[in-house]
Amino acid sequence: MRKLIFGLFIAILPVLGLAAGGAVPLDHIETDHTDKASLQRGAAMFTNYCMACHSMEYARYKRVAEDLEIPAELFEENLIFTGAQIGELMKNSMDKDMAAGWFGAPPPDLTLESRLRGESWVYSYLRGFYKDETRPLGVNNVVFPAVGMPHVLVDLQGLCAVEPNIGKKASVEPLSGNVNNGSACPEYATEGSMSGAEFDRAMYDLTNFMSYMADPIKVERERLGIFVLIFVAIFFVFAYLLNREYWKDVH
Amino acid sequence: MQKLLNWVDERLPVVDAWNKHLAKYYAPKNFNFWYFFGSLAMLVLVNQLVTGIWLTMSYNPTGEGAFASVEYIMRDVQWGWLLRYLHSTGASAFFIVVYLHMFRGLMYGSYQKPRELIWLFGMLIYLVLMAEAFMGYLLPWGQMSYWGAQVIVNLFGAIPVIGEDLSLWIRGDYLISGITLNRFFALHVVALPIVLLGLVVLHILALHEVGSNNPDGIEIKKNKDENGIPKDGIPFHPYYSVHDLVGVAVFFFIFFIVVFFFPEMGGLFIEKPNFEPANALKTPAHIAPVWYFTPFYAMLRAVTIDLFGLPAKFWGVVIMGGAIAILFVLPWLDKSPVRSIRYKGWLSKIALTLFAVSFVILGYLGLVPATEGRTTVAQILTGVYFLYFILMPFYTRMEKTKPVPERVTG
Repeated sequence: MRKLIFGLFIAILPVLGLAAGGAVPLDHIETDHTDKASLQRGAAMFTNYCMACHSMEYARYKRVAEDLEIPAELFEENLIFTGAQIGELMKNSMDKDMAAGWFGAPPPDLTLESRLRGESWVYSYLRGFYKDETRPLGVNNVVFPAVGMPHVLVDLQGLCAVEPNIGKKASVEPLSGNVNNGSACPEYATEGSMSGAEFDRAMYDLTNFMSYMADPIKVERERLGIFVLIFVAIFFVFAYLLNREYWKDVH
Repeated sequence: MQKLLNWVDERLPVVDAWNKHLAKYYAPKNFNFWYFFGSLAMLVLVNQLVTGIWLTMSYNPTGEGAFASVEYIMRDVQWGWLLRYLHSTGASAFFIVVYLHMFRGLMYGSYQKPRELIWLFGMLIYLVLMAEAFMGYLLPWGQMSYWGAQVIVNLFGAIPVIGEDLSLWIRGDYLISGITLNRFFALHVVALPIVLLGLVVLHILALHEVGSNNPDGIEIKKNKDENGIPKDGIPFHPYYSVHDLVGVAVFFFIFFIVVFFFPEMGGLFIEKPNFEPANALKTPAHIAPVWYFTPFYAMLRAVTIDLFGLPAKFWGVVIMGGAIAILFVLPWLDKSPVRSIRYKGWLSKIALTLFAVSFVILGYLGLVPATEGRTTVAQILTGVYFLYFILMPFYTRMEKTKPVPERVTG
């Protein structure tokens, strides 16, 4: 029996490979961990909309509050929903086994998501939902087809009626002046509270925050790196001169 | 101070050792760029030991806690991120300098008589280093750690009769589990480093017994002055210690660019799937070993035919093992009367170039998913790799060599 299951698993492997490894076109973005305002908006977005299901259990609230320059009291009051102390890890209260029953698989921890899949993937995925009645939750995603996640941000974005344009450049029709692919979604089934541009901006902030969470030391690391390289360069000059002095004897 | 030194020296030959290995160890004066990588390998070894010890202080070697403890090191431990990146980048740097060091040996015939033992100890170091890197890679307990280990340990299963039991014995379980992690941790931080250090001592003792080779491949000991000092030799310290210091500065500059700005090196030094915890029920779409194993991985995959009733996988393992084993007998394959590539004939030059090119391309092929075309290329290049060694006794004897100078040429 075990052999049979294993055999079946091997048989569908190529299909799984296609599903996961296919080259999905993405909208590319550059994140900026020094943009504190963007990170703060992203943090608010994440704790309010994502954290009910997705933990960030390798990181601590306190570090986020300090790095993003949010006062501790303000952070505790507005951004911690589980009653956790600010020094604790960013877990959530969803039971993993029950979640597996609801969604087919427990919602993954997202601490490292942007390093696992890439920032552009996260940004595109967040904007890739559209209406698809054939799916159990009524929505699908162009970046992650047949995803088990509902469109949590539908109140903000609205529900896209057709597949959003992800990874396609915006263009202007020369005769009519119409802009094609200006925003991700060309046609909405239900309207949301944000315009297309506002939603894109919000998703940039959210992605920026997730990118910061995956690599919180990046800004400090690159700042220090400059000094380290300057030190090594100066060290090189002295080492070079010392070497030249000694090697004058060698003929 | 002098008194203290005398006191110690009467009881332990420190002055003698200092002179023998540094101040009066006469090295050829014509070392070039390629001679930096021995001392750099030593530097990286020290880096790995020091950062490794400190990482061990915060790492949790259990299936339940390993992944989280690495993130704990990255986030909560003071300077933990730096220790970890120094260690992960150091692993790749180790292989870069060791590959260049070995290539130097191939170019200048440093394995030839009387340096066969240096080469053998060096090869053993390389072997232990691969085991060390492989076991260390499991410790972060990410997806690629897990599945990489799964693939490699399963290779032992290809050995007829004992294979399945052997891989079971290595894992200590029916699949890679916390038990495997625990034993790999023990081997990675205690057993293999001890063996590695012992081999490095032997490598250097053997080197200092017969003396260093040089880009001309001639024995400097044949030309001595009235004091018995080689005319073309200079004391290692201070001449090569200050010389190597320049190399260290250049190396560190490049090394720190990676550590501080590109620690993942685009997924080459830290593979992306490793940002997801190990999951025995979810196979990554594409399993690739870390770059330094990929030439041999490509050879493994290049073997696609069953032979003598044994599966292709078995022959792949044989080819992969053979690719490393054949390096051990290199000193006895080279029949050339000269050492250095400078004075060997054009056949040797072409052979070495083809060998190096095929090794690099195989490295690339091992990194990317196999296609039919790529497998064909890998098969041809695997052939080139082996022919370099198998034909060596013939082309080194056949070719016309250039006359070797009496003294080093700088």
